[in-house]
Amino acid sequence: MRAFAALLDRLVYTPQRNGKLRLIADYFRHAPDPDRGWALAALSDGLDFKGAKPALIRALVEERTDPVLFRWSYDYVGDLAETVALIWPERPGANRPPSLAEVVERLREAGRGEVPALLERWLDALEPTERWALLKLITGGLRVGVSARLAKTALAALGEHDAAEIEELWHGLEPPYEPLFAWLEGRGDKPELGDSAAFRPLMLATPLEESEVEALPFEDYLAEWKWDGIRVQLVSRGGETRLFSRTGDDIGGAFPDLLDAVGFEATLDGELLVLRHGPGEGEEVAPFNDLQQRLNRKTVTGKLLELYPAHLRLYDILFDGTEDLRGLPLLPRRERLEAFYERERPARMDLSPLVDFRSMDELKALREAARDNGIEGLMLKRKDSAYLAGRPKGPWYKWKRDPLLLDCVLMYAQRGHGKRSSFYSDYTFGAWTPEDELVPVGKAYFGFTDEELKRLDKWVRDHTTERFGPVRAVEPGLVLEVAFDAVQRSTRHKSGLAMRFPRVHRIRWDKPAHEADRLESLQALVEG
Amino acid sequence: MVMAMPAARRAPPHPERWIRVTPQGLHVVPGDFHVDPVRPVERAVITHGHADHARPGHDKVLATPETLAIMAARYGDNAGAGRQALAYGERVTIGEVTVWLAPAGHVLGSAQAVLEWRGSRVVVSGDYKRRRDPTCPPFEPVPCDVFVTEATFGLPVFRHPDDAGEVAKLLHSLEVFPERSHVVGVYALGKAQRLIRLLREAGWERPIYVHGALQALCDLYEDLGVALGPLEPATAKAKAEMAGALVLAPPSAIADRWARRLSDPVTAMASGWMRVRQRAKQRGVELPLIISDHADWDELNRTLDEVGAPEVWVTHGNEEALVHHATERGFRARALSVVGLGEEDEQESWPPGEGSGERSEEGAGEEDGS
Ligand SMILES: [Zn+2]
Ligand SMILES: [Zn+2]
Repeated sequence: MRAFAALLDRLVYTPQRNGKLRLIADYFRHAPDPDRGWALAALSDGLDFKGAKPALIRALVEERTDPVLFRWSYDYVGDLAETVALIWPERPGANRPPSLAEVVERLREAGRGEVPALLERWLDALEPTERWALLKLITGGLRVGVSARLAKTALAALGEHDAAEIEELWHGLEPPYEPLFAWLEGRGDKPELGDSAAFRPLMLATPLEESEVEALPFEDYLAEWKWDGIRVQLVSRGGETRLFSRTGDDIGGAFPDLLDAVGFEATLDGELLVLRHGPGEGEEVAPFNDLQQRLNRKTVTGKLLELYPAHLRLYDILFDGTEDLRGLPLLPRRERLEAFYERERPARMDLSPLVDFRSMDELKALREAARDNGIEGLMLKRKDSAYLAGRPKGPWYKWKRDPLLLDCVLMYAQRGHGKRSSFYSDYTFGAWTPEDELVPVGKAYFGFTDEELKRLDKWVRDHTTERFGPVRAVEPGLVLEVAFDAVQRSTRHKSGLAMRFPRVHRIRWDKPAHEADRLESLQALVEG
Repeated sequence: MVMAMPAARRAPPHPERWIRVTPQGLHVVPGDFHVDPVRPVERAVITHGHADHARPGHDKVLATPETLAIMAARYGDNAGAGRQALAYGERVTIGEVTVWLAPAGHVLGSAQAVLEWRGSRVVVSGDYKRRRDPTCPPFEPVPCDVFVTEATFGLPVFRHPDDAGEVAKLLHSLEVFPERSHVVGVYALGKAQRLIRLLREAGWERPIYVHGALQALCDLYEDLGVALGPLEPATAKAKAEMAGALVLAPPSAIADRWARRLSDPVTAMASGWMRVRQRAKQRGVELPLIISDHADWDELNRTLDEVGAPEVWVTHGNEEALVHHATERGFRARALSVVGLGEEDEQESWPPGEGSGERSEEGAGEEDGS
């Protein structure tokens, strides 16, 4: 438990992504099996223990401490797990300190009634930082600013593999991942995926900078609309069908309508959209807000299915049956996608059409004209590009239509005024510096619906790292797409920039924080 | 003519009758002197060299030789006109009061002032800690009628871990980030030298780089017999050469422009306050080291038991909680709330974090050497 506690403790204070990576990799290198496998599970997908809720912990500590001293201490420290960890009147030597694996394995087997006694024994035997880590672990809120992707990237560093390779294996593996560690350390074979409906890492596009436009050899590229939904992967294999977000989270539970439409074996890349009746014939893409209603749910009601029907607009095909097409260039892959579509004619799906163009000027005009109908801009993909995991620079570009949108990361939230005084409704957001630190770039307090405000408020409360009076600092985990009229230089902000009329354009519940925009992108928009 | 009753047959006077809290600090009436006065007075007994206890401008100063040397290094001519050195255990009489000094284990030269008058004994402990410190002799419990204590870390959440573990944290970080320098915020008096000694004990033999503000006191410690090993000025080398370097600086410098000359520094801070995450994070500290020169909660309570005084007066810190707990345990306890103690040692100030709004709690400032 000691090494894991020391790792969490250190991660809490380390803002830079690179620093976090090094610390996690160092832990994986030195910690034994199966401890490190459980640590990996805790850092990536989270471990869920029943029966270990904050109320129980509070009850345990109240039995052992003076209530007055506990109250003063809690007021001072401001965090329950930390207060309990520090104030717990230990009995060193009373019991043997448990390993991380022992904690996890015992809790997984324990009945609800056995949890308090186990916990009490462990708290007696551990030292304060370990107690804190134990309490964070079992109440399911590590809050150390580590995404699943970051944990896997650190893991990859162990054997000089690519994170994408691990991503690809991930859904076929179970904690504590001993075969995975064995392979990474060169002690075992690569784990087999077999015939499971596993997630395959996506190929992502880089933004096309204005400065690159002129020099782009456009005749080497295919153009497609960039649809305003969320990027997903639909996998059907070995009789199993799953829908993944682009970070590999299984979101199929919220989209039974789409899963039911699958009667084939394939792995497809596409944009998840909600369609509605258009003004004329046929259907059009509904606003992103409609899709929001379907996201982040474990299950879905019949009414939502009817109001906001899911649709998949296909971009690419990775597997046809069990045939891996990822090594093919884009053009023949597109032919295979079209052939697949002709053959299967799947319901709730269509092909993302190619955009015809003969010059860069024509393409520019198309991009400018694309103001509505769920189009965010254009995608440019090299005709000869194989389907590569990650975000290689060059083969695929995204060329967004409105340059004054920036994906920022929520940093602080402040209570509002008047009828909003019970909500954290004023948001300070930041962008990443070249050193991978967040610096505030602006503040916004409108641009969202009341429903969204409720959800934002809950998110803020669930992800608070610090409190200062009416302000809460939150972990860097929520991306706000901020719209603004202009950006100017300013000495008021550490970033040196100030946005004019910023508003929350969209809440990117789906987007990982480390993929938010960088300060350079904002600097590039400064006028004059 | 009325004969005075023989002193031996009288009950000793209650300390409340002969020790008062005045705006200058603790006034010992039958000797007409003050202990750690916060304003210039005629006669002062000084427990140790931290700036909130040892202030300049008194007429006569009584302290350990080490404390006098520290004051002379800090204040020069202003360290006090008449200076009297008193070694641990030696006795002097001031007015009607017998005074002697006992080690407090806080910093080099730190002492508890033991005051005796007509069979009544009061110990003013100044600042103290109970764990080992390689730069000064350990605290000695002195039985007394009233024990006057600090309560800097007087909340049960303050439980300082083992120093060796904290030093190991720092050395581990130097291993994980060998291309970065590590800058540790330390108070100039006591913490800096203690940390250097702890690092030497842990096997760090390479030079330790020190900020200019720490140099004079490090030199003084060396002169007084505390060997610190090779120290170099932090500003002498090019940035690239500072990769992997271990640098000590005052807390105000570690997050300031001064630190930009270092190679991508990991910002550490050695202080008992680092125990509470919110505090460490507000400071932008990346590597908090819980190393304190003050007693933690358990040490405070253990000390009350060992000195065996029926009555406890708490001068500064979290008085409320310690008084509450001592009362529950059967002591007569009260808070003196001495103004001016526990204020910042070297007027450390930190740049406020951007966008962070107001802080929700006040008080518990940056005590000396905490
Ligand atoms: Zn002190
Ligand atoms: Zn003090």
